[in-house]
Amino acid sequence: MHELLWLVPTLPLLGSVILMLGAGRLSIRAEAATGALSVGFAAVIAFTIAGGFLLSPPAGAAYEQTLWRWFDVGGLSVTIGLRLDPLSLVMMLVITGVGFLIHLFATEFMEGEEGYGRFFAYLNLFVAAMLLLVLGNNFLTLYTGWEGVGLCSYLLIGFWWRDPANGLAARKAFIVTRIGDTALLIGLLLIASRLGTLNIAGAMHNAAQSWPAGSPTATLAAFLLLGGAAGKSAQLPLQTWLPDAMAGPTPVSALIHAATMVTAGVYLIARTHVLFLLAPAAQYTVGGIGAATLLLAGFSALAQNDIKRILAYSTMSQIGYMFLALGVGAWGAAMFHLLTHAFFKALLFLSAGAVTMRLHHEQDIFKMGGLARRLPVAFWSFLTGSAALAALPLVTAGFYSKEAILSGAWADGNSGRVLWAAGVFGAFITGLYIFRAVFIAFFGEAHTEVSGRYGWRVILPLTVLSVLSVLGGLIELPPAFGHVTLLSNLLAPVLPATKEAASVVPLLVASLAGLLGIGLAAVLYWRPARPPAETPLWRFWHAAAGFDWLYERLLVRPVLWAARAGADDMIDSVYDAIAWTARQVHEQVRRTQSGRVRLYTAGLAIGSISLIAIAMIR
Amino acid sequence: MNAMFDIAAGIAVLATVMMITRPSAVHALLYLTVSLLAVAMVFFVLGAPFAAALEVIIYAGAIMVLFVFVVMMLNIGGEAEALETGWLKPSAWIGPSFLALLLGLELGALAVSGGLARTAAAVVGPQAVGIALTGPYMLAVEIASFLLLAAVVAAFHLGRAVMRGV
Amino acid sequence: MTAIPLDQGLGLAAALFALGLAGVLVRRNLLFMLMSLEVMLNAAGVAFVVAGARWAAADGQIMFILVLTFAASEVSVGLALILLMHRRNSTLDADANYHLRG
Repeated sequence: MHELLWLVPTLPLLGSVILMLGAGRLSIRAEAATGALSVGFAAVIAFTIAGGFLLSPPAGAAYEQTLWRWFDVGGLSVTIGLRLDPLSLVMMLVITGVGFLIHLFATEFMEGEEGYGRFFAYLNLFVAAMLLLVLGNNFLTLYTGWEGVGLCSYLLIGFWWRDPANGLAARKAFIVTRIGDTALLIGLLLIASRLGTLNIAGAMHNAAQSWPAGSPTATLAAFLLLGGAAGKSAQLPLQTWLPDAMAGPTPVSALIHAATMVTAGVYLIARTHVLFLLAPAAQYTVGGIGAATLLLAGFSALAQNDIKRILAYSTMSQIGYMFLALGVGAWGAAMFHLLTHAFFKALLFLSAGAVTMRLHHEQDIFKMGGLARRLPVAFWSFLTGSAALAALPLVTAGFYSKEAILSGAWADGNSGRVLWAAGVFGAFITGLYIFRAVFIAFFGEAHTEVSGRYGWRVILPLTVLSVLSVLGGLIELPPAFGHVTLLSNLLAPVLPATKEAASVVPLLVASLAGLLGIGLAAVLYWRPARPPAETPLWRFWHAAAGFDWLYERLLVRPVLWAARAGADDMIDSVYDAIAWTARQVHEQVRRTQSGRVRLYTAGLAIGSISLIAIAMIR
Repeated sequence: MNAMFDIAAGIAVLATVMMITRPSAVHALLYLTVSLLAVAMVFFVLGAPFAAALEVIIYAGAIMVLFVFVVMMLNIGGEAEALETGWLKPSAWIGPSFLALLLGLELGALAVSGGLARTAAAVVGPQAVGIALTGPYMLAVEIASFLLLAAVVAAFHLGRAVMRGV
Repeated sequence: MTAIPLDQGLGLAAALFALGLAGVLVRRNLLFMLMSLEVMLNAAGVAFVVAGARWAAADGQIMFILVLTFAASEVSVGLALILLMHRRNSTLDADANYHLRG
């Protein structure tokens, strides 16, 4: 079965090509079928391959498939190859599985929208690029996928292009992530030039051989990769694009800006963990960035009224947890949280989408209210997702993955304790902000008319994701609850083992923090709530600590000023003068083209006479 | 024989001067023929009898006959001559003539600057010319044949347009 | 056969060439311009023959023959064009129509 691996990214790519070529010629049904089924078949193949992989793991727990040689120049040979190991297996299953459910949801969600086929063409292309990113066995293939998902993210954020604001949001996302991408590219070139290979496994092996721990080169390379990861995963200081990216359709937010693309940074760091182990400074920075982002995004989520922006900040916050886990060396926990987060955040976005599609795209939670009875499907889905996000103890997947992270942080010495404290406080805020949204939007008085019913293409993904959000955590249980270690056993060949806290005290504290947040939300927002007063503190957090304001003044305006200043500079005037002279000379020379043959002849004669005269004089 | 050259050269120059100043096309043609015949005499004196023969046969014969035909077909009458006379005002010819004089003086000066060399008093007969023509100059002959073919095609094409009265 | 001073022969060529140029420049009638052009070509032929005679070589006459070929081609095409223009414009005035104007 492994030989079919190449089909997994190829099928969505094929779907995308079909949809692009058939634009305007296919019926809506055909477009929906192509869009969803190409990913669906890819998912079927992916799960079949995964079954084979789990039953009979290949030698070295990795299967490599070389498709063709890309180029071979200057001793650097780059092949297009796929590598299936437990890490990419998990990512592949998330991308195709959750991706298919979101595609299915989108076939109903996007009905009646202009550019239906275009939407699925982009979405399929995204899935193909994301699969290439996680399956590529060398950094260049990874980078190709990396840029591909960035492109699709740009295209899909600006999908509703008639509103210029959406185009601006798309541009912002593209440019901000571009900063990180550039750092990543420099890092890849550094690795290629110093380690002599772009093959990921080879480069990691060489790095461990030739770079001592803490060597400046390894640190530099790790920091550059971290830059790329932070840009793609919307972590400090490149986090500002993600809330604006909510301008795209909700399935896009679910697939790209929650479940898959934004976790590419986590995948990248986990994939290159050897490098980060060699560079402790970079690894501490990863943890610090994660902790800072999770708190900042948590506070910002508290001050949002737009349901999608709340979820966007919560995504940033949850990826902050994953970075925190990577920072303390809890690699498996980071991947575990990535997995569960993909389930419950996709669920939250889809149920939020299910709500807004019945409310004429109203996204302000204060204009919803009382939806629990009128939209039960969306309510129960959203509630399940919220419970998983808030890590409701024992019954949700989010609880187990978050506990794994915090347990790893607790076990990581004194600096880990600080991060642990931040994580626990973040858990409290998480419970508070998500249940604030639940209580305001789904309880109290109704403010908006509700229309229409859901089809099976909405209900099925919500149901499946709800089940996964509840039961998905059972693959990995802490020692206190039966000690199941399916995921860490699977990941053991590729990721170092995660340290775990010996005592149950941190676990209890963290559980209580989440419950406390939920309880506080119930106390504050159970009663019908009014939109918050615009106090300075609220405005500060509504603007996510003013990073946009800062960057606007620090970067955007100077660049715009420089561009304007450069538009009419001295150097241009030189070229303008050349052009002006040429035009003037042309005007004069044009007069000689009179059409009079005898004048031409006279010109010839004068020229000959002059030439002969010159020759005679010399 | 030096006198023969001087006389022939003088006739050629005089006839050419007359040719470029005649208002009548037929008169001009006659003077041009005279000039060409005089040049043929020069060639003979220079020891190039084959060139002299070709000058008479092709230039003075064939090409001039072509001109005569065209003059007949154009059917230029007295009013055209009056027009030509009107065009030949001093203001019209002094400037160009000065230019031509300048060029002639320059070329003449160059000719004189060659020193006191004289031509070899030997005859290069048709046989020598023919051997050279079919030997080292074969390629030039081929190229000349291409040129003539192109001229034939062009003349035929233009002639058809003339016949159609376009 | 007597030897002719080279400057006299080349001087004749120069004089004929200058006269032909004067004809091309002075006359407005295309027919006369073509005739003058013939004179100029002929002058070039004279120069070749004189130079060939200087070395008693056949090359000068061969170049003359090539010039002759060229002159014949040029006259046939040129005269056909003159006929055509006369049919179209009823005039041979070179200054009458500036179709070459750029």
